[in-house]
Amino acid sequence: MADATRSLTDLFGMLGPRRVADGGSVADSAAPISDAAYPSKALHKFLTGLQSTANPVLLDLGPVVGSNVTFFGEQLGCRIRVEDIASDIDRHVKAGTIDGLAGFFAARFTQAPGTVDGILCWDVLDYLDRPAAQALATSLCRLLRPEGCLLGFFSTADSKDQVYTKYVVVDESTLRYRTYPALRPRQRSLLNGDVIKLFKELRVTDSFLMKSKLREMLFRKPAPR
Amino acid sequence: MWKRDESVKPATPPAPPGPAAAPSTSAAAASATGEPRAHVSIGRDNVNIGKSVIIKGELSGSEDLTIEGHVEGRIDLKDNVLTIGPNGKIKAEVFAKAVIVLGEVTGNVTASEKVDIRDNGSVDGDIASPRVAIAEGAHFRGSVDMQRSGAKPAAAKPATPGAPATQQSQQQGGQQPQGQRVGA
Repeated sequence: MADATRSLTDLFGMLGPRRVADGGSVADSAAPISDAAYPSKALHKFLTGLQSTANPVLLDLGPVVGSNVTFFGEQLGCRIRVEDIASDIDRHVKAGTIDGLAGFFAARFTQAPGTVDGILCWDVLDYLDRPAAQALATSLCRLLRPEGCLLGFFSTADSKDQVYTKYVVVDESTLRYRTYPALRPRQRSLLNGDVIKLFKELRVTDSFLMKSKLREMLFRKPAPR
Repeated sequence: MWKRDESVKPATPPAPPGPAAAPSTSAAAASATGEPRAHVSIGRDNVNIGKSVIIKGELSGSEDLTIEGHVEGRIDLKDNVLTIGPNGKIKAEVFAKAVIVLGEVTGNVTASEKVDIRDNGSVDGDIASPRVAIAEGAHFRGSVDMQRSGAKPAAAKPATPGAPATQQSQQQGGQQPQGQRVGA
């Protein structure tokens, strides 16, 4: 009887993806807290903006999400580099060097200027104070080639939950928000004008205020005249 | 009742469970750490390097290879599948038809067909392959180059959101291991 019950449990386990209990191989701290799907309007436009470029170079500032790497690779035939900014923040929080984050971001990226076609910035700027956010934004503008695109998410609601969000691409118009513990809460919400000032070298091409209280913004670097 | 087909049996008696049969790869045998048990086994078109074997240098061949030991240098299996087992530790440039990583790889990985980093697998280096699957729970640091040689820009493709992309991403998702974990 016990064996039969265990077999049934195993069978049910195989039927559906495990969620919370699945965490914990490489980093237990990365175990998901919540996992819900939301529509996205800017992602499709970001992809469209890159589809005219052959073999684009993509920079992803979020943590590694295997299905995203596969998705963007298959959709764009791109070279994608993942630079996890959240882990940079956590490392500086642990080391007590969070004030040095602005200087760190100024020299963070080794790529040559103007060599990146698309940047997935996600919502990392929400976790930075003003100087660090400006330093990161300046570095990203430098990396982006003329006509390149940057996709950024900005929370419109203050939250003190200490979680980061992994944005898992379900399809061109749907993202799954998967939160996991962070060592630092979101900082003050950036207003529209603040964001535009951060990326003053770029042009805002689209901005969507989503029901998820995120503002999705798409930027493009103007071609030099 | 049924007569067994003895012709497919190996000539040697079956090896006891555990690390495999007699070593027969000279480079591996020469570099083995000298434990009394055998470390390199050869099945039908599949060589298995045991976990106590350390190889430094260039490893090339024309058979599928599973590595549970340590390899430093270069691995060249252009037409075959390389599997880095859960105990495998590789510090090498890797070239193969397909690479499946369950252990640790430090170095660039180039595969003509697919790179598959499984749950608990780790790659620290750049990947170049037309298909890459990274399971959640895997560790990866580097870049992924999925450039299709001779591919046209995808502009000609209908950019309508929804069905085709959804279908494609679901198909890709189908290749991922089930019960994915949160990645590094």
